[in-house]
Amino acid sequence: MDNEKIINEVMGGGLRVLNRIADSPLVERLGLEERAQQLVYEGAKRASEAAAKAARRLAPRGSSDRPRRSMKFDLRLSEEQQLMRDTLRRFADDVMQPAAREADDRSGPPNDFLETFSELGAIAMSVPEAMGGAAEQVSAVSQMLIAEDLARGDMGLAYAALSPLSFVNALVHWGDEQQRARLLPALLEGDTMVASVAVVEPQPLFDPGTLRTTAKKRGSDYVLRGEKSMVASADRAKWFLVAAEVPKAGPRFFLVEGDAAGVEVTEQPAMGLRSARLGRLKLDDVRVAGESMLGGQGALKAEGKLAYYDAVNRGRVAWGAMAVGTSQALLDYAIPYCNDRIAFGEPISHRQAVAFMIADIGIELESMRMLVYRAAGRIDAGMKCQREAYLARTLCSAKAMQIGTNGVQLLGGAGFIKDHPVEIWYRQLRSIAVMDGNLLL
Amino acid sequence: MIYLEIPKNLKLVVNQAHQVAKHVFRPISRKYDRAEHDYPKELDLLAALMDGLNAGGGRQGAGIDALQQGRGADQGVRNGANMSTCLGMTELCWGDVGLALSIPRQGLGNAAITAVADANQKRRFEGVWAAMAITEPGAGSDSANIRTTARLDGDEWVLDGEKIYVTAGSRADSVVVWATLDRNLGRAAIKSFVVPRGTPGMEVVRLDKKMGIRASDTASITLTDCRIPKENLLGTADIDTKKGFSGVMQTFDNTRPVVAAMGVGVARAALEHARELLAREGIEVRYQGSLFAKRAVEAELIRMEAEWEAGRLLMLKAAWMADNGIPNSTEASMSKAKAARVANEITLRCVELCGGLGYSEEELLEKWARDSKIIDIFEGTQQIQLLIIARRLLGKRSSELR
Repeated sequence: MDNEKIINEVMGGGLRVLNRIADSPLVERLGLEERAQQLVYEGAKRASEAAAKAARRLAPRGSSDRPRRSMKFDLRLSEEQQLMRDTLRRFADDVMQPAAREADDRSGPPNDFLETFSELGAIAMSVPEAMGGAAEQVSAVSQMLIAEDLARGDMGLAYAALSPLSFVNALVHWGDEQQRARLLPALLEGDTMVASVAVVEPQPLFDPGTLRTTAKKRGSDYVLRGEKSMVASADRAKWFLVAAEVPKAGPRFFLVEGDAAGVEVTEQPAMGLRSARLGRLKLDDVRVAGESMLGGQGALKAEGKLAYYDAVNRGRVAWGAMAVGTSQALLDYAIPYCNDRIAFGEPISHRQAVAFMIADIGIELESMRMLVYRAAGRIDAGMKCQREAYLARTLCSAKAMQIGTNGVQLLGGAGFIKDHPVEIWYRQLRSIAVMDGNLLL
Repeated sequence: MIYLEIPKNLKLVVNQAHQVAKHVFRPISRKYDRAEHDYPKELDLLAALMDGLNAGGGRQGAGIDALQQGRGADQGVRNGANMSTCLGMTELCWGDVGLALSIPRQGLGNAAITAVADANQKRRFEGVWAAMAITEPGAGSDSANIRTTARLDGDEWVLDGEKIYVTAGSRADSVVVWATLDRNLGRAAIKSFVVPRGTPGMEVVRLDKKMGIRASDTASITLTDCRIPKENLLGTADIDTKKGFSGVMQTFDNTRPVVAAMGVGVARAALEHARELLAREGIEVRYQGSLFAKRAVEAELIRMEAEWEAGRLLMLKAAWMADNGIPNSTEASMSKAKAARVANEITLRCVELCGGLGYSEEELLEKWARDSKIIDIFEGTQQIQLLIIARRLLGKRSSELR
């Protein structure tokens, strides 16, 4: 920042002077335009040299303990990410898309779905080697790509698969030794231990920063009270990561066992995302040990609050990635449909009214993708991303639904009936604006 | 590695362009908005300034004339001339779009020369300031339908026709004119020609009075038995009906992200200034909580910022692809379509949000709202961009999706 300021001063001062020269009627009257131009040339050259020199001098020397990243604008995936992407895309095409309709009908994933998903290694690739996983280093971008690719298969099934992955991510980022040792092995073994994240609450205008669910200290324990909404695999989960407001400290996460006294789960079928077995989680004075706070008792300090808001950002990027994946599926479906559908003697895609809707879907899909990727990239670069994640959420909330409704419109009556998947996507894309939590990268 | 921030090595370009915008453009912005058709004498100094910056090594090949598709990146990712030009243009247009369009030697014709000219021509036309003449009274968006003709007579091309909406047409040293070698052969017969100012037969017949970008001159030009050397045809004189338009159209893949940058720049100016004015009224922008629990004005500012970021990032993506030799026609059009429509919406909304203050000439908000409209029109209207994008996505030829 100082660096820029100095350069700005070096440049700005010079330019202000040059502009005054340019503006001077005297220069013109005295026929000095040419001289003035030479002066400006030399002045600008000097200013530029000085600024370039200042930039070089002020550039921080790379600290030797960390390899410096190139820090160039870059849209390429790493080799590992590309490999993961190829695998997940095949999974989305071969397993998820064919299963989507039935899973939506019966409000739950196929029996072996979560097992098959865990065999792909996505969970292992999300846990660092030092914690028993297979990842060289964890990456928010990698997690985001997983969400995008799975949601391209089916958003409801993706939600079912990403919910335990989010639980794992939370343990990796903010869990303490004891919590990791206790929970990670079972999640990694493919034991099919179902875990889920519960942040969203059922009230209108929900804000993850002002939770109604509370966690009050009683002795060395906490007592949780409140309700959570749209929780994936709610009736199967052995563990929940519950967000609750700790009086005077702010929101924190708690690890709560599914069979703890006072935990009540009811089905909560919704407009979409049905295949994730949505449930409402009621916490009626659920007593958990003090060590159940994610990160341990140390999390009561300010870092715990930062971790919580970090999770909120990571949740927004995750849902943004879901919007991108499902919207991509929709575009990929609408294009051949509009090319094949004949009306008035030619494909409907030959009409601008139709073609422009396709173009707009393409533009807004790419817009969403850029904002989501950027926020994730900032997390990996260790930069703040509250603004970027919030803007990504704002854009995706609006554009995802616009794409959903236009998708149905493009198919007309065919889009409205269940012979085609577009009506599922329409119902699912409504969730993007609703879900502000329950997942995290 | 996904990383979508401005690279450190281009921050200097951004800073320098910003200083020019802030200290040179902004102070004279209103003056030349009022005095349309007055030649901004500051511009000659600006040309010297740009050359000085280049000589000082600060600008690293930024500028319209440096735009070209990269050669495919074996040695890692490149953040090159396309990106730095877009970033520089963003800053300049944050200052003033009309003045940015009037910077000597940064005309769209220069981009055409860079994209299509052979090595010999690049040498011959180095350092010229070239405007671009495509549109005619009877052919705007359907540029394949132009009537200006070129016929070879000995060692000279003879041009005849009428061109309108030529940005910098009266100020540039040369005009790149689109003309057809044979009207019956359609697009493939359209070639571009460099016509130096002062060539007998080329005449500037009028300067348009406009709603916005009034600091930039928009000229009508007639060509009557206008003779130029044979070597002033850019590219090849062969008419390849298979290749069609691609030669002349290539230019647009490089220039459309730059026009997107104009939208990004002017929209940021409006957004920043509206936020400043609204902050005095106690309006804060906080990136937290439900969007709907906020005051309408705060929510609107956030929505606009999200849309603006979309235009900006699409611009960077298209430029990045060009720098790295990745075909980017679709992305270039997407960036132009999104950034331009968003810029128009944002600048208009900012006037609205600031009420009488925004609408009055005391502030530049109303000017930016007038300037922004042209960005969604020139270099391919919104509708033309949508056509291009739709054809690409749907796999349609221009004869099918018309």
